[in-house]
Amino acid sequence: MTVGPQFRRVARFVSPADRGFAAVVYGGSILFALLIVGLFVELVLGSWPSIVAFGPSFIWKSSWDPITSKFGALPMIFGTVMTSLIAIVLAAFIGIMAAVFLADFAPRWLGQPLSFLIELLAAVPSVVYGLWGLFVLAPFMRTTIGPALQHVLGWMPLFSGPIYGVGLLTGGIILALMIVPTVTAISRDVLVAIPRDLREASMALGSTKWETAIRVVLPAARVGVFGACVLALGRALGETIAVTMVIGNRPEISASLFAPSYTLASVIANEFTEATTSIYTSALIELGLILFLVSMAVNALARFMIWSVRGSERV
Amino acid sequence: MIRSLRRCCCSLAVVAAMTLPAAAATQLTGAGSSFDYPFFSKAFYIYNQKNPDITVNYQSIGSGGGIAQFTARNVDFGATDVPMNAGELARAPGPVLQIPVTLGGAAIAYNLPGVSAPIRLTRAVLADIYLGTILKWNDPQIAKLNKSVNLPDMAIIVVHRSDGSGTSYIFTDFLSHVSAEWKSKVGTGKSVSWPAPSSVGAKGTEGVAGQVKSTPGAIGYVEMAYVVENHMQAATLENKAGKWIDCTPETVAAAAASKPEVSATNFSIVDSSAAGGYPISGYSWVVVYKKPEARAKELYNVLSWLVGSQGQENAKSVDYVPLPRNVQGAAAATLRQMQR
Amino acid sequence: MAQSAFKHRNLARRRIVGGVGVGLALVCAMIGAASLLVILCYVIVQGAGALNRDFLTQLPHPVGVPGGGVGNGILGTFIILGIAIVMAVPIGLLTAIYLSLFGRGPIPEALRFLSDVLSGVPSIAIGLFAYAVLVAPLKHFSAFSASFAFMMLMLPLLVRTSEQAIRSVPQTVREGALALGMSNFRATVRIVIPTAMPAIITALLLAIARVIGETAPLLFTAFGSQFWESNPNRPMAVLALQVFTYAISPYPSWQAQAWGGALLLIGAVFVLSLGARLMLRRAMRGLEA
Repeated sequence: MTVGPQFRRVARFVSPADRGFAAVVYGGSILFALLIVGLFVELVLGSWPSIVAFGPSFIWKSSWDPITSKFGALPMIFGTVMTSLIAIVLAAFIGIMAAVFLADFAPRWLGQPLSFLIELLAAVPSVVYGLWGLFVLAPFMRTTIGPALQHVLGWMPLFSGPIYGVGLLTGGIILALMIVPTVTAISRDVLVAIPRDLREASMALGSTKWETAIRVVLPAARVGVFGACVLALGRALGETIAVTMVIGNRPEISASLFAPSYTLASVIANEFTEATTSIYTSALIELGLILFLVSMAVNALARFMIWSVRGSERV
Repeated sequence: MIRSLRRCCCSLAVVAAMTLPAAAATQLTGAGSSFDYPFFSKAFYIYNQKNPDITVNYQSIGSGGGIAQFTARNVDFGATDVPMNAGELARAPGPVLQIPVTLGGAAIAYNLPGVSAPIRLTRAVLADIYLGTILKWNDPQIAKLNKSVNLPDMAIIVVHRSDGSGTSYIFTDFLSHVSAEWKSKVGTGKSVSWPAPSSVGAKGTEGVAGQVKSTPGAIGYVEMAYVVENHMQAATLENKAGKWIDCTPETVAAAAASKPEVSATNFSIVDSSAAGGYPISGYSWVVVYKKPEARAKELYNVLSWLVGSQGQENAKSVDYVPLPRNVQGAAAATLRQMQR
Repeated sequence: MAQSAFKHRNLARRRIVGGVGVGLALVCAMIGAASLLVILCYVIVQGAGALNRDFLTQLPHPVGVPGGGVGNGILGTFIILGIAIVMAVPIGLLTAIYLSLFGRGPIPEALRFLSDVLSGVPSIAIGLFAYAVLVAPLKHFSAFSASFAFMMLMLPLLVRTSEQAIRSVPQTVREGALALGMSNFRATVRIVIPTAMPAIITALLLAIARVIGETAPLLFTAFGSQFWESNPNRPMAVLALQVFTYAISPYPSWQAQAWGGALLLIGAVFVLSLGARLMLRRAMRGLEA
């Protein structure tokens, strides 16, 4: 049962109203595309002096020294990718599981308030997440979670080293909390939209309710669920204030998840308002451009992965 | 539903109409340093009460942002912790006047559980801590300054500002003055590359203070107003004259008084040699065009009130330090050059 | 006989796996809800004391002058959000309609890709874009430029989720409309979109929740203000900006106001969500009748 009409046949614009409608629809979409392309162009224009000055070495150099104007983005790219990875792994699992529960198993009296509460997580301002993370989560990480993890998994370099409370893992957890509502709300909507017939057919063939939910309904909804995860990942990549308050802001690459780190968005948020020399400002805008490109690369990679798994069916 | 929507729009329109008279007053806009924000918000509020037809809208978007908006003539005046240098002045579309408006200091906060007496640190030891050459609290160099205190065997976690800030500038300026190694290795700036291996960056004063408060063994530099308002423990520093000084408005004022000839090209007052002077102190500045395009008269009135004794007495109530008398006079003289 | 016993054991095992699975899913949902409650409790403890009528209706006061509030920030948030919604919903819906009508092909794919990339751009970069386009050329800050930045932040969510919502309307509904002689325009606007409305509203609410707490894009666009302002062409106070400025200040009185403001923001989305759901339920009931 396909969800999504075969529009080629149906999209005929015959009446004048239809032609006007077509023009408006095209116009809106073109405007949308122009806005994003315009953003990209502005980013390139703003970072041009820095691109010219540092060239491609900007991406693999590690120092970030505003005094001597030596800028290298590698530690920040690492931090951004790692925190977003931790966040999406945690949030996708929790979010999709929660969506499955809310869509198929929750009784009305439980499902409604739970979805509501989860959606409200998206309304908490970034700075509140940051302050809560700094005053509640980071100390908790330092006194409880960190030592526990190190006790069990400390033999892995990922969990070795001193525990400050702030760091890569804390940043990832805060991000995960911020993006869980996106994953849950959209996935739940998508799962609910799957027609009942599919579920009933599966159960008629002898599956349990759980097997139906996981092996039939969820795969049928995977396009929408994937879209939810992509949107959530986007938010994680670009999040600024909350992460910068709990990540430790140290531009260094370390193997340990407990070590302080730095993200591209954090640097921009921290230093842009005080940057006075034009090469400094330009370097910061180039970080924004790199983030734009990282987002593009991650999205392209995700699409490629889905495409290669499922053949030519589009995402 | 439509009815309630209509009702909502009506009430919004009423509120909007109510705000129109306010727009008739002259509004001056200023932008820049977040360090100045509490002082400015108090001072301009008082000014508006005395002169109801003038409102000053100051927003703290950062010193760099302030200079950028000022250069673009999007705001009437800018506020910055570090005066505009030759390059920035050259980029401005007209000649610029720079006047000092307030003073502040950076206190050294720390978190040592079980230690209640204030810790003493010399300037060299503080520099070594931030350079990363002294790594533990019970290091002999610290212990010999604090013989009566039982220092724990704990790693020192160095906290600094991750965002570009005037307070960082004052602190690194101080470190460059007291340590040749810091001056050559790191330098002075609003954002630097911090060398200590265990250093952690936190956003804003709140971030640094919060980090220090919740991490045993941490040390960090915090604006004086913060230490006073939140009763944080701060270290006693040895100044150039060999005296042990705490960070208070009086000691910061003493450091300022020891250099009355401060100007936009010669503005550093760190590592003061005054007997009662606190070593980590600094001015904050307002920049305005010599020939403003509009509202020159109102601008002149507000700013000369601000640097005069009436404006400056608002500083004390927000834990800021008023300008010394002679500096007030110098600022007023600079302002008089404005063509209005 | 042995076969049915085997089937019985197998079924029992599958049931247990199912039970564990549902339990796990329930725990995940609880984790989500519990996190909100933990954070909400923290914000309430810190900020409830600051909430009173003065807080909601007065202008900000400086430190040391008691009272004061975030009235202008609340007004500013309404105005800026309102303009942003008016700009974002048409563009987002139209793009979603386009995508749902011309599903395959390189151009729709490119549009979807662009939308996903936009969702990953940090809000401060979008603020800089709004500055370059609407503030620098006009030489003054404005609430309108902030709305523009908000619009760009809301678009990816709106486009992606609205497209999903429109596509999940069964083919039969659209074909039925067309069979009755409606033009595509009428079919889409009068039939398909209203059917997809609940999910589109969810998307809009998520988008509003996303931007209502954003500070970074406001620094160089709306700029902020200590006074009442309703003209979108001038700098304007915004609640999220006030929360941010107060939260990182040294003064306990201001910090308490920051938490109060945060509580207001969360409360606003709460009320919006509730209100939208109730309105929808009433509208759907009307449709069924």
